[in-house]
Amino acid sequence: MTNAVIKCDSVYKIFGVNAKKMLQDANGNVDAKKFQDNGCIVGVNNASFEVLKGEMLVVMGLSGSGKSTLLRCISRLTDATSGKIFIEGQDLLLLNNKELIDLRRNKMGMVFQSFALLPHKTVLENIAFPLQIKGIEDQESINKAMDMVKLVGLDGRENYFPRELSGGQQQRVGIARSLAVEPDIWFLDEPFSALDPLIRKEMQDEFLRLQEKLQKTIMFITHDFDEALKLADRIAIMKDGIIEQLDTPANIVLNPATEYVRKFTQEVPREKVLKIEDIMEKPHNENLSDLKVLKNETIENVAEKILTQEKSVGVIDENNQIVGTVHPSKIINTVFGGKKNSD
Amino acid sequence: MELIKKNPKLFQWLFLLIVFFFLCFAIEVPETYKFIRGQAEFIKDPNQSTYTLFGAEVRYYAFDVFWRLPPLLGWLPIWINDSLFFLMNEWMPMEFWNESTQSYKTRPLILQLTRNMTAFMTFLIELIREIMLGGVQTVVAFTSWDWIDANPWAKLPGLPWTIVAAGAVILGYNLSGKGLALFAGIVMIYISIFGQWKPSMQTLSFILVAAPLSFIFGLGLGIAAFKSKRVEKFLSPILLVMQTMPQYAVLVPAIVLFGVGDHAAVIITMVVAVPPMILLTLLGLRGIPPEIAEAGRMSGCNNWQLMFKVLIPTARRDILIGVNQVIMVCFSMAVISAFIGAKGLGFNLLLALNQLNIGLALEAGLCISLIAILLDKMSLAWANKQIDYFGNLTFFEQHKNGLFFAGAVLIGIILAYAGSFYFKEGFNYFFEVPHNKGISTADFWNRGVDWIWDTFFHTLKIFNTWLIVDVLQPMRAAYLRMPIVATFVLVMGAGYIIGGIRSAFVVGALTLFIALSPWWDRALVTTYMATFGVIISCTIGFTVGTLCFQNKYTTNFMLGVCDIFQTFPSFVYLIPVMMLFGVTDTSVLIAVVVYATIPATRYTIEGLRSVPAALHDAASMSGVTKIQRLMKIEFPLAFPHMMLGLNQTIVFALFMVIIGAFIGTEDLGQYILKALSDKKGAGIGLTLGLCVAFIGLVFDHLIRTWVGQRKKHLGID
Repeated sequence: MTNAVIKCDSVYKIFGVNAKKMLQDANGNVDAKKFQDNGCIVGVNNASFEVLKGEMLVVMGLSGSGKSTLLRCISRLTDATSGKIFIEGQDLLLLNNKELIDLRRNKMGMVFQSFALLPHKTVLENIAFPLQIKGIEDQESINKAMDMVKLVGLDGRENYFPRELSGGQQQRVGIARSLAVEPDIWFLDEPFSALDPLIRKEMQDEFLRLQEKLQKTIMFITHDFDEALKLADRIAIMKDGIIEQLDTPANIVLNPATEYVRKFTQEVPREKVLKIEDIMEKPHNENLSDLKVLKNETIENVAEKILTQEKSVGVIDENNQIVGTVHPSKIINTVFGGKKNSD
Repeated sequence: MELIKKNPKLFQWLFLLIVFFFLCFAIEVPETYKFIRGQAEFIKDPNQSTYTLFGAEVRYYAFDVFWRLPPLLGWLPIWINDSLFFLMNEWMPMEFWNESTQSYKTRPLILQLTRNMTAFMTFLIELIREIMLGGVQTVVAFTSWDWIDANPWAKLPGLPWTIVAAGAVILGYNLSGKGLALFAGIVMIYISIFGQWKPSMQTLSFILVAAPLSFIFGLGLGIAAFKSKRVEKFLSPILLVMQTMPQYAVLVPAIVLFGVGDHAAVIITMVVAVPPMILLTLLGLRGIPPEIAEAGRMSGCNNWQLMFKVLIPTARRDILIGVNQVIMVCFSMAVISAFIGAKGLGFNLLLALNQLNIGLALEAGLCISLIAILLDKMSLAWANKQIDYFGNLTFFEQHKNGLFFAGAVLIGIILAYAGSFYFKEGFNYFFEVPHNKGISTADFWNRGVDWIWDTFFHTLKIFNTWLIVDVLQPMRAAYLRMPIVATFVLVMGAGYIIGGIRSAFVVGALTLFIALSPWWDRALVTTYMATFGVIISCTIGFTVGTLCFQNKYTTNFMLGVCDIFQTFPSFVYLIPVMMLFGVTDTSVLIAVVVYATIPATRYTIEGLRSVPAALHDAASMSGVTKIQRLMKIEFPLAFPHMMLGLNQTIVFALFMVIIGAFIGTEDLGQYILKALSDKKGAGIGLTLGLCVAFIGLVFDHLIRTWVGQRKKHLGID
């Protein structure tokens, strides 16, 4: 609670003329179908969660699941129909227009799926735009923007126009623009969805590198489950406006809460997602093999070594303390046994 | 039978045509009917019927209602006149402070308002005009005539033409580089040495007031309509009518409200130029992807910044087309408003045309066109201009434009001063080349016209006679031979087939207005001329467009040509045709054809261009020949867009037909022209304008409905 940067408390977003009244009548029990018959569309249905400082929450869902709507509620690009949203303890919905603009100018940055660059401005001007809007002097904002250009590796192209850049480069500009004001909170709305698979992977790696350096509080929207697994500290899976499950990638793969989530997890290569600590057993006095593995290694990296052993392998933490054990059969079960393990 | 089942619409059309022609032949022409020329309608005749409504007596020749409807709207012009008169002279009298007599004076509200507006416009125009040419009006505006008489030194001196020309060159260079600078220089020098300086500057001062005001109002109202549904709902019918309303027709009521002169011309120009600006602003703002607006919001823009730093620059493309339209309309109006006493090139042009001095008209027309193109290019360059953040500039480089201009002013003044000693005859050529002392090529052109007449007289006459006797007369007779019932069946039937019962009623109502006005026969003549022009224009435009589209270079070349031709004020088109065909219907029709071919060609090219490249490839891989591809792929897909071109072609053609009244036609335009010199013309002019607008709207409605359905059917939007 103390270091929750974003906190949502039963947030609803319902589109339609009588949305507010219908929501009151429904008394918290929103049935999407009933609403639809009355001409309302449920965007977000009772979302409650927190995002901690420096954490990356990935919201995953297929198109129409309400994930972008949720993000727009939190950035207040649309007003939530009901519920409370707190940004660093401040009630977002109580802010007046001026305070909201202040918040956006100093605390928030956002990256868009279609890049949303201003076509009449060069790369540099696009990146300097939020600074100039804030009223920072031209020369200073340009210098700052130039740093950002370097950060995302576009030096030499700062005087290009967006239309002269490839998709990946355009999104780098979008990222640089969102970071120009040094926001604490970073919203990314399907930033890599419009890119080619190869570029997408490259951008994901780049993004992880940036986040390692910057340690922002992030809400990341995607429809790609693999992307979510790769990037997330925690994942929220949405369907029809409802958050089906919100947990760490490992827990989602190991313990899918609903049938819907399970469908996503089925095809996931577990050895790539799970770490040794996710499947280890409590340390016991059974004699262990000589091999020791670090608890935060992914299974993929150490499976081969463990499978050469016959006895259980000791799991150690950074301080070389044994914190658990893994039997080679557990590895086989996890990787190939799929369903049996997940209930 | 198979064919009909496959194309139910074809059957409907066929049926409609059969009924139409049946009605045409079944209803006899009444014996007393004849097409009445000139003002004869207004002469009392015992055979006429009369009725009185709202205190207005309407006289007309009664016919069988199947043949012609009685002019039940005949009272409307009179009623509009009386209302306007009441509004101006009697409604809401109020006390207003009068500066010159130092007392309160009772004046009707509207009169006071319009007088204030005209005073403001006059001040703006005079200010710019006197900066260019010199004068005392501006100083008077701040002081009084008495003060001026006491202080004869107090007047704006006016700039020597050399300074204005240098300013234009520097501005051109600053905006887009050497090319534009060179063009600006050539235009200015041409204007000066051909002795057109004074009228050109008068026109320019008019444009420099009218164009920015139209732009600001159009943009503002466009933004308002974008932000509020209510404003949009209020504006949209007005915009629709204004789009097809001929510019002539607005002149007449404006005289009543604002009097005659440049100020009235500015206000009328705004009335005409603002609607397209609003439409294009709205179109541009609507087309912005929502994520751009969100990106602006998330960058911390307030509403003002969002609109002016994000949305409007993003919608720049459409807004620039709007600016282009504004400039086009302004120049077009600069000529037309000479009818109500605006000074400048337009006045000279009309005068020259009236005297049939084609050479002079050509020079004035060329001047207007050149200035129009120059301003158009400058506004475009201004919008595309980039800021350079990196230049580490010295003081000189930063201020070089200002310095150059200061230098130009200095040199210009010295030259002008020196000139006042050098040129002894009283004309200082370094200050201003007087109208009659410039080089004139008028004689050359006039001799050229004479030569053409001498040499080709026979050929031209044969062509002219053939066209009039064998094509135009029969076509006109056929239109006039249509009984009113048949017309309604045709129009409403077409509406029903294309857009269902609602469309049928819309076009029916529009036609009914014209049918009940006293000018149905004239409207038929207008329609016949417009139809003739449209058919020829479309044939030429579609053919030329299609041919040019076969090659990238010719495509761009043709679009460039269209751009330039579009910038010419509409009146200018009358000059060359009068050179060749003199004062005949043929001249008007050829001007119509030339003018209306522009949109037809442009939309054909753009339509063909809008066909996705993937489809070209798909077609090529199916092994089609070039002709097959054109027929089976490109035409069907480009057709909706091309039909919008047809729409524009019709509007352009109607405008030109109305303007053609200047040469002497017998249609609605002629009556608008007459209303201009009629004291009680306001109501007549406005009603006639509505008639023309409604002719355009009938076609507009049918085409748009059809295009909408076709687009839905093809899945393109």
